[in-house]
Amino acid sequence: MTTTAPQVGKEPGKKRGDVLGNAGLYIAVSVAALLFLLPFYLILRNSLSTDPEITGENWKLLPSFQWGNISELFDDPTVDFARSMWNSMVIAVSMTVGTLLICSLAGYGLARIPYKHANKVFYAVLATLMVPTAVTFVPSFVLVSSLGWIDTYRGLIIPGLFSGFTCFLFRQYFLGFPKELEEAARVDGLGYWGAYWRIVVPNSLNFFAAMATITFISGWNAFLWPLVIGQDPSSWTVQVALSSFMTNQTVNFHLIFMATAISILPLVFVFLFLQRWLVQGIAQTGIKG
Amino acid sequence: MSTTTTRGVAQPAPAKASPARPRRGLRGNPTFNFWLFTGPFLVGLAIFVFVPIFWSIWLSFFDARFTVTPSKFIGFDNYKSMLTNSNFTGSLVTFTVFAALIVPLTWALSLGLALLVHRLRFMRAFFRSVFFLPTAVSYVAAALIWKMSIFTGVRFGLMNTVLGWFGVENIAYLSDPNPPWYWLVIVTVRLWLQAGFYMILFLAALQNIPAELYEAAAIDGAKPGWQTFRYITLPQLRATSTAVILLLLVAAYQAFDEFFNIISIKATWGQTPLMVLYKTALGDNQDYGAGSAGAVILTVLICAVTLLQGKFMGFGRGEDSK
Repeated sequence: MTTTAPQVGKEPGKKRGDVLGNAGLYIAVSVAALLFLLPFYLILRNSLSTDPEITGENWKLLPSFQWGNISELFDDPTVDFARSMWNSMVIAVSMTVGTLLICSLAGYGLARIPYKHANKVFYAVLATLMVPTAVTFVPSFVLVSSLGWIDTYRGLIIPGLFSGFTCFLFRQYFLGFPKELEEAARVDGLGYWGAYWRIVVPNSLNFFAAMATITFISGWNAFLWPLVIGQDPSSWTVQVALSSFMTNQTVNFHLIFMATAISILPLVFVFLFLQRWLVQGIAQTGIKG
Repeated sequence: MSTTTTRGVAQPAPAKASPARPRRGLRGNPTFNFWLFTGPFLVGLAIFVFVPIFWSIWLSFFDARFTVTPSKFIGFDNYKSMLTNSNFTGSLVTFTVFAALIVPLTWALSLGLALLVHRLRFMRAFFRSVFFLPTAVSYVAAALIWKMSIFTGVRFGLMNTVLGWFGVENIAYLSDPNPPWYWLVIVTVRLWLQAGFYMILFLAALQNIPAELYEAAAIDGAKPGWQTFRYITLPQLRATSTAVILLLLVAAYQAFDEFFNIISIKATWGQTPLMVLYKTALGDNQDYGAGSAGAVILTVLICAVTLLQGKFMGFGRGEDSK
């Protein structure tokens, strides 16, 4: 992760212009960083304020730290916020596990197992990438509703597991996986299945972590599909619940912002812990994708 | 790593017999294993991707109101009604305006941030994280902050508070499409959400530019700054730029979340193609036929745009090599 650029700042030949340039650089990047952090500040400030503080004429920099807003939100009988958080967690976790399992196996099969029609199968997968998933929500809804999966976890999770794009990314990754490792495993008498689980997966954990992070984030943040499928409030995800707050006049400002803060919290944690792999993964695959 | 190598070493004996092994049973049979690995995915893909696509193509030729098993074939009437539907054509205009704003702005901002972060020597990881962090936030949550805190049309909104310091009257960003202030809200929210992601792509590409290029340019007398940026950095980033622009276009095409939450589907303006599909197929009419026809039209359009863009950028590459 370190720069390849030489540490010119320490060199004796560099003079005032460089110091000024550096100061300018750091000022510019700090201003940009403050602007990027501003929305996070607003969520925290508003979520710990009272309504009069939020809507008051005079802008208050710091809230009065109403920690009671948290319990007020979860005790609110008009919205079952805890339930929607639970739904989102179940959906995001199952989607992550399922997608990784199914798409990584398929990606490996396409990349590494010799089969005379493998190319044709791969083109069929590629073709699905041309159709944007969001555009197919009408036909997918039609299918899921005729299966009777409206308002169920099945309907929310299963149709999203078969991501052509994730399979494609795994295939690209496995194409670059060192063949020697697998060959050694084959010599040791492992079949494809054994070699995959004992050699390939344990040596690809970085890439799996990156894909897991991406899948978890997109599962947690998904909106259109849960909106279409989760029609009963008991099957709402946290995003659908937040969206309903915006149109629902009975919910208070401080509760809306507390809900937003809590909905973002798990992701910020996931993000901060797994960022390294995420950045690597995007850098490896994003350009090719 | 260490466990896998020891495991390999721990079983040297069976390796002697290995030449005969691949033929023994299904374990080493490539065809069987190919289907074992790809089967679950392909079955799911067939059911949840191919079936809906073909079903909707089929539906688009039928009068399918409130039913997904229609019997009345109506030819291209659904296509005609979608293409003459002012909501649908209007949504294509909305998308075009949106793409014309968001694609170049995101490209420029993410490239700018990448160039800044790339030059940092201290706290580089910190700043990269700060710009990348909004990627974790959902469109719904961001839309909520933008609508209810930053661009609230009344005095307590952050933007109006700041403008108030300079004596500017309150602006109603979202209740009135004339003048179209809503674009400011819609574009900035997506800019904030996605710029960091594309910055990572540009950063990776910047790190791959060989340092010798800059050294050679310095020897040839190129001044660091605009000249090296224009004649080295930008051309070297061409492949990444092409990919980024394509990804941005496809993403803009599918815009739904922030429009739905900031503008809402009840408004007569600022409706994206997906919002119109949503209203057509899942609204009061439940017209799956017309909704499917709209989906087919959109898919054809996005494929055409993708291919055109590839071609356009391809021509550009040809010119460069002259």
